[in-house]
Amino acid sequence: MISLLTTVGIVYALIEETIVFLRAVPIHDFLFGTKWSPLFNPPSFGVLPLVAGTFFTTLIALIVAIPLGLGSAIYLSEYARPRVRKSIKPMLELLAGVPTIVFGYFALTFFTPTILRDVFNLHVGIFNALAAGIIIGFLIIPIVASISEDSMRSVPQSLREGAFGLGASRFQTSVRVVFPAALSGIVASVVLAMSRAVGETMVVLIAGGQQPQWGANIGQSMETLTAFIGATAKGDAATGSIAYKTIFAVGMTLFVITLALNIISIRFVRKYRQVYE
Amino acid sequence: MSTVDQAVGQPSRSQRGKDLVFRLALLACLTLAVGLLVVLLIDVALDGAGTLNWNFITSFTSITADKAGIQAALWGTIWLMGVCAIFIVPVGIATAIYLEEYADTDRWWNRLIELNIQNLAAVPSIVYGILGLAFLVRGPLHLGNVVLAGGLTLGLLVLPMVIIAGREALRAVPPSIREGSMALGATQWQTIWRQVLPAAIPGMATGVILALSRAIGETAPLIVVGAATVIAFNPTGLDSSFTAMPIQIFDWISRASNDINDYRPLAAAGILLLMILLLAMNSIAIWLRNRYEQKW
Repeated sequence: MISLLTTVGIVYALIEETIVFLRAVPIHDFLFGTKWSPLFNPPSFGVLPLVAGTFFTTLIALIVAIPLGLGSAIYLSEYARPRVRKSIKPMLELLAGVPTIVFGYFALTFFTPTILRDVFNLHVGIFNALAAGIIIGFLIIPIVASISEDSMRSVPQSLREGAFGLGASRFQTSVRVVFPAALSGIVASVVLAMSRAVGETMVVLIAGGQQPQWGANIGQSMETLTAFIGATAKGDAATGSIAYKTIFAVGMTLFVITLALNIISIRFVRKYRQVYE
Repeated sequence: MSTVDQAVGQPSRSQRGKDLVFRLALLACLTLAVGLLVVLLIDVALDGAGTLNWNFITSFTSITADKAGIQAALWGTIWLMGVCAIFIVPVGIATAIYLEEYADTDRWWNRLIELNIQNLAAVPSIVYGILGLAFLVRGPLHLGNVVLAGGLTLGLLVLPMVIIAGREALRAVPPSIREGSMALGATQWQTIWRQVLPAAIPGMATGVILALSRAIGETAPLIVVGAATVIAFNPTGLDSSFTAMPIQIFDWISRASNDINDYRPLAAAGILLLMILLLAMNSIAIWLRNRYEQKW
């Protein structure tokens, strides 16, 4: 029962304060404004720069996580010997269990200065969306890898044997037989990882910076929806103040985006799940 | 699968070449993913090992970096985990029992609850922070920025994990156990309490420990519910203001990023301690799983 109450509570809390917020700020300005500076005078409440920040970090994260996650999944499911799989899987689980603040620390103190600046010679700011996005990408690899692997392993052995029997190599079997058969689970894993990337807070708060930016300059600081909430709440906003209300309006935006992604993910699994005897 | 390979005609040579390239590419993906984890651990260990000592554990945080320690945050975390555990164990297990043993899945509300739990598990943690802020800290319950509010917020966050793990543990108990008990004249409640639950406890305990190890590293919701960053005392009760290890680490990182680099080893040492706790909890969970795993 409490689980139901939690959802109702989340939705209620978000909606109530969002309505109060929207009374002060026209919804059109909020959704389509391109300038976000709620604490300045005069304030401006266009949420698009925050959405852009979230969009770019998530996009970078997916560019990292999809190939690496799927590659790992195919290897573990189709190539690795059982003993190798047994020793690698816990490591991926460990990667999933590392607190996100640790990834934030790593992105800020090691990844940006050492890897991006020294090794790749990029001129990036200390806080930048690129490092945050890449690190979030690594953070969601286990989600992509483990769900995709499960769905590839549930493809019946007879399909593989059929392909081998026709003279296919393991590469052809993996890509043309197993991969399409497992597609529903793979897409679901990617969508789930995406919703995780959208909701990820600490990495962007620490390493992504807090400059709302309406543009695509990923080498510089960008503020995401989550980072804004974190940064504003840290300042302990007083109840009823406009800063306090923006937390809820931005939280609502975030909740709607992730909810939509989760529903898509669940739908995908239901609709395209192939049933084998 | 090797037997299959031998039984069939060999793929052509060019296909075998592609196969090798593909295999190497896949291996590279996996290596990169695991390699980052290794680099991360080494980096943190190098940064923090010099600072992680008994003084660090027994000192409070301080404005001078070399005197600062993590004691208040460590106790804050212990209090939070206590509150969280006391909340999630009964509620999580009760929900799991209801859904698995009593609920009729043909009823729409039961299916709604199920869908809902799946969805809750994927809500961003910071949104739980907002919930905690609106309902527990301010609003209806008005607890303030205290241990109880923080612990309950974390509890709500990990509750879906406990419920899902609990249901799996219950499902793993074969129906024959239930039928046997019922046939001897036990009521449904007696069957659950004396037969099913004891058999499912290791699985549930594993779920609870994993949930707590998720909760221990959560930072974002605690920031939102207002954990303090600079506190020089241990929590004295449920209504005490508090800090927690991830919050303290976050504070040190923020200082370090303002070019006060003295704080960087502190942050790393805090992370090390956190990771050690996490590893210990995970080992207990794995040990429990292996020790009590029953084959029916």
